[in-house]
Amino acid sequence: MDRPAVIVIGAGPAGIRAAARLVQAGLRPVLIEEGGREGGQIYRRQPANFTRPPAALYGADAGRATRLHGDFAALRAQIDWRPETLAWGVTEDGLMLLREGRAEALPWQAMILATGATERVMPVPGWTLPGVYGLGGAQIALKAQAALIGQRPVFLGTGPLLYLVAWQYAKAGADVQAVLDTSPWHLRLRAAPWLAARPGMLARGLRYTADLRRRGVRLAGGVTPLGIEGEGQVAALRWRDAAGREQRTECDAIGLGHGLRSETQLADLLQCDFAFDPVARQWLPVRDADGRSTRTGVYLAGDGALARGADAAEAAGQLAACAALRDLGHPVDELEMTTLRGRLRPMGRFRRGIETAFPWPARLAAGLPDETVICRCESITAGDIRASARALDAPEVNRAKAFIRAGMGRCQGRVCGLAAAEVLAAARGVPVEQVGRLRGAAPVKPLPAATEFAE
Amino acid sequence: MAGLFHRIGERERRPVRLVVDGTPLEALEGDTLLVAILTQRAALRLNEFDGGPRAGFCLMGACQDCRVWTEAGESLRACSTPVAEGMRILTREVAWTGQP
Ligand SMILES: Cc1cc2nc3c(=O)[nH]c(=O)nc-3n(C[C@H](O)[C@H](O)[C@H](O)COP(=O)(O)OP(=O)(O)OC[C@H]3O[C@@H](n4cnc5c(N)ncnc54)[C@H](O)[C@@H]3O)c2cc1C
Repeated sequence: MDRPAVIVIGAGPAGIRAAARLVQAGLRPVLIEEGGREGGQIYRRQPANFTRPPAALYGADAGRATRLHGDFAALRAQIDWRPETLAWGVTEDGLMLLREGRAEALPWQAMILATGATERVMPVPGWTLPGVYGLGGAQIALKAQAALIGQRPVFLGTGPLLYLVAWQYAKAGADVQAVLDTSPWHLRLRAAPWLAARPGMLARGLRYTADLRRRGVRLAGGVTPLGIEGEGQVAALRWRDAAGREQRTECDAIGLGHGLRSETQLADLLQCDFAFDPVARQWLPVRDADGRSTRTGVYLAGDGALARGADAAEAAGQLAACAALRDLGHPVDELEMTTLRGRLRPMGRFRRGIETAFPWPARLAAGLPDETVICRCESITAGDIRASARALDAPEVNRAKAFIRAGMGRCQGRVCGLAAAEVLAAARGVPVEQVGRLRGAAPVKPLPAATEFAE
Repeated sequence: MAGLFHRIGERERRPVRLVVDGTPLEALEGDTLLVAILTQRAALRLNEFDGGPRAGFCLMGACQDCRVWTEAGESLRACSTPVAEGMRILTREVAWTGQP
């Protein structure tokens, strides 16, 4: 290929809609996806030899899922589709790719980052025991592998995914022991005006909770997790209820998660500006209403820019493609862009409601016992981070990282970064935005030792 | 040893035979290494820093807590590597030899 490419990274709803819009304008974009198949998180596909129908996999979203998969199938011949390809670094000159053990650099002209999100997790003492998984991980086991993480699971954390995954497990035959929400119930009232922006979604959430109750599943709000017990694998969870009583629930697995964190490493490597988002309590790449980053030719869409859910991801993907096309000199009808912006507006309000009703439980960071592992990669504890805050005087996360390696393990802080920042901020008695953010570094995920580098 | 994971369907798939730490293990075509191992065992690996058993966490390629090795020393992310007939897997790291 001689002309530098227009590249979309991530084949979830945002990336697929972006690629489709570029094709519609006569381009042949490159679509990079680390996984083997398209769909992203919510519309993740099962392996080709599995036979469960879409309704069994995607429930109420089956129609949307099959539409997206169908549209992708029609698109496939018109794009340069690169599955099983990791985008692991980027410079002015090229996007660094890894496919089947070979690395190469792809020159680019414009790039739409649609890299999605991962779980946001507040650690619990004992969470490294086998049997503890992210909520999303628990869902992936079910959706993509027809397997349960346990037969008597507890779901712990907060957010819509907590109830959705618990409900999916109950429906699949698991004996769900409890659904424990760190957010107190009363926050839902406060959030109601925003949640009302998407009545259908709100009704769906209420249905899952009601159905769990009907099945006799114990639901509790305002809980404080105390510790996970077990020898070699999970046996019980200790927690404190909203009234302050200590409780112990036996279980053989725990799904744990508190909402989502955006995958932003590539935007960081591209030196896009970031700003602290007080609602999500995360540093996010700065973008305009259409998805333009602060760096020319770089666009952001979907959960990777701001976690607003799958429908927003589709609209934002198409909108970012429109913006890119415009900037490249292609005609784009203003009406199309106005319509997309309008579609995104209630989703922004709804997201605000979700973050209000199910906030990241930052308050728990200060109370974690010193011996709690924060960094799973290198077993760095809350006590290690506190020691770096005091004795070593690490004012912000990158300094703490240099001292104690929190966030320098193989996952690059994807799992521990937000919690480590909260522990550090609490120890120093400063707002979390003052401890900065972990910087991304190439390779954004570990490369195999045997990687061959092409010239 | 009992496994952590429980299959709830999709059992009519072709069997695939692997060897894990020298012991034969039968999986199903389409399984990830993680699911193949954890339907029959309670852990995937030992953490290099605290020696504790680990069984992965995110299942989506982010946490890197499910690394296992081939007998040639190549590291694999068990959650995103599909099983293949004759795979020989180690749950502890060995020196990488470069030989397949
Ligand atoms: C684990 C999990 C489970 C979820 N489950 C639900 C649910 O059940 N219902 C619901 O409404 N919402 C769910 N959500 C939220 C929902 O997934 C999203 O709103 C929606 O999928 C976002 O679409 P997206 O296109 O922005 O990102 P995603 O769907 O996450 O897609 C991003 C894609 O980019 C790829 N990618 C990322 N980085 C790279 C890279 N460097 N190189 C190559 N490829 C890369 C990823 O492999 C992924 O396929 C879930 C989120 C997560 C994280």
